[in-house]
Amino acid sequence: MSTEDGRSFDLDRAWRLDERVSIRPERFGALLYHFGTRRLSFLKSRQLLDVVRGLAEQPTARAACVQAGVRDAELPRYRAALAALAASRMIRPRSA
Amino acid sequence: MSHVDTGRAAGQRLVEHFECGLDAPICLTWELTYACNLSCVHCLSSSGRRDPRELSTAECTALIDELERMQVFYVNIGGGEPTVRPDFWDLVDYATAHRVGVKFSTNGVKITPEIAQRLAGSDYVDVQVSLDGATEEVNDAVRGPGAYRTALRAMEHLAAAGFVGFKVSVVVTRHNVGQLDAFQAIADRYRAQLRLTRLRPSGRGADVWDELHPTAAQQRALYEWLLAHGEQVLTGDSFFHLAGYGESLPGLNLCGAGRVVCLIDPVGDVYACPFAIHDSFLAGNVRADGGFARVWRESALFADLRRPHGGGACSACSAYDACRGGCMAAKFFTGLPLDGPDPECVRGHGEAALATVAAGSAPRPSSDHSHRTGPVPVTIGRRRPPERACDENPLAGFALPVR
Repeated sequence: MSTEDGRSFDLDRAWRLDERVSIRPERFGALLYHFGTRRLSFLKSRQLLDVVRGLAEQPTARAACVQAGVRDAELPRYRAALAALAASRMIRPRSA
Repeated sequence: MSHVDTGRAAGQRLVEHFECGLDAPICLTWELTYACNLSCVHCLSSSGRRDPRELSTAECTALIDELERMQVFYVNIGGGEPTVRPDFWDLVDYATAHRVGVKFSTNGVKITPEIAQRLAGSDYVDVQVSLDGATEEVNDAVRGPGAYRTALRAMEHLAAAGFVGFKVSVVVTRHNVGQLDAFQAIADRYRAQLRLTRLRPSGRGADVWDELHPTAAQQRALYEWLLAHGEQVLTGDSFFHLAGYGESLPGLNLCGAGRVVCLIDPVGDVYACPFAIHDSFLAGNVRADGGFARVWRESALFADLRRPHGGGACSACSAYDACRGGCMAAKFFTGLPLDGPDPECVRGHGEAALATVAAGSAPRPSSDHSHRTGPVPVTIGRRRPPERACDENPLAGFALPVR
């Protein structure tokens, strides 16, 4: 993980899962498959899964992290994770 | 191989999870029929004639329902030539309507302009056109007369319909390994993506493997080519034995058989992987009580595959962590022990081991649906086997994330 990856990711806007993405919970977190890009990805923890699932209901990505119990010190890691998901088009910005 | 086209470096801990098996496959190969208009000499499923016991349309849709419940992301449909099943397009529509993605392998025989249009309209369908030579001469020597033109015509139709990114699927052999740049040019011409997979000694492939598998020098050249072009070329993770040269190729570099992938054959038999159609790798049948889910979750064979396995004769080798002993099916059908080197071991241990295998002692495939007349000239309307669809590594396309 690298916090640098996440710097461009806007935690303070609204995001959602792409509608062509299917999520499958697993012991280690979750698998994601994007039917449009045909790429597989994964979430390495259940907490990250909670964050991703919360995106659609929360006004900002930051709020989704808070709701999933992510502590401030962990936020850079989660931001980097979300940035990677955005880069692979698994999640998309939405209007709040 | 794990049959998943993945990106680089999935991370060791994740690989360990996969080695212990998942509650459901990520993807699986589903051979819909053994019927085929071609008679490719290396057909992994020894296809040709339809099996009268093949799953009915209703059984197929019930299986798709089950895959949907298990959240299997997609199926790699092959055969035989799957498009010769009269219900094929309906099954594709049924699967995609139920959010089970479809990638299917075809020799192109049924890809008309109209069908190409229909396919181009769906995010949930991907097409792999099989081509085993960048020239007609090389291709048709393996796939039969007319096969090259049939494949290129299908590609033209797909490109004309605006289907961007379909796959040109090549089994790498001694005769086409020098054509990799030419294959890439063909893929580029049709805005397609090149997919290279390994020749396996499975099905009729067992009969031609000695003459067709790449030489040691060719393997090295292939490895270099993949290192230089690997990010844009799919491999279904099928060359992980080449990681023994030093640098890992993109992908998970693990055997996914029975762990993250499997094969369902036309009569519903479930095998550990698409390259292992043999009673030794038969886990059960989807027609039995409990269906596919029960086979996947409770089969003794799969439980065994998900146990930690040592490296056997390979443990002492410095390349073992990279190549993991190579491909189970390749070892099995060349008569080698499963806990020893791959027959194409890059350190040369496979060759040495093969020298000790008594002629004729390697196991034979459990079923043979080859046309009885011998190789059939490829004419439109006759069916024959494309190699297996699921060289697809479920981990193919692994983008990497997060912790």
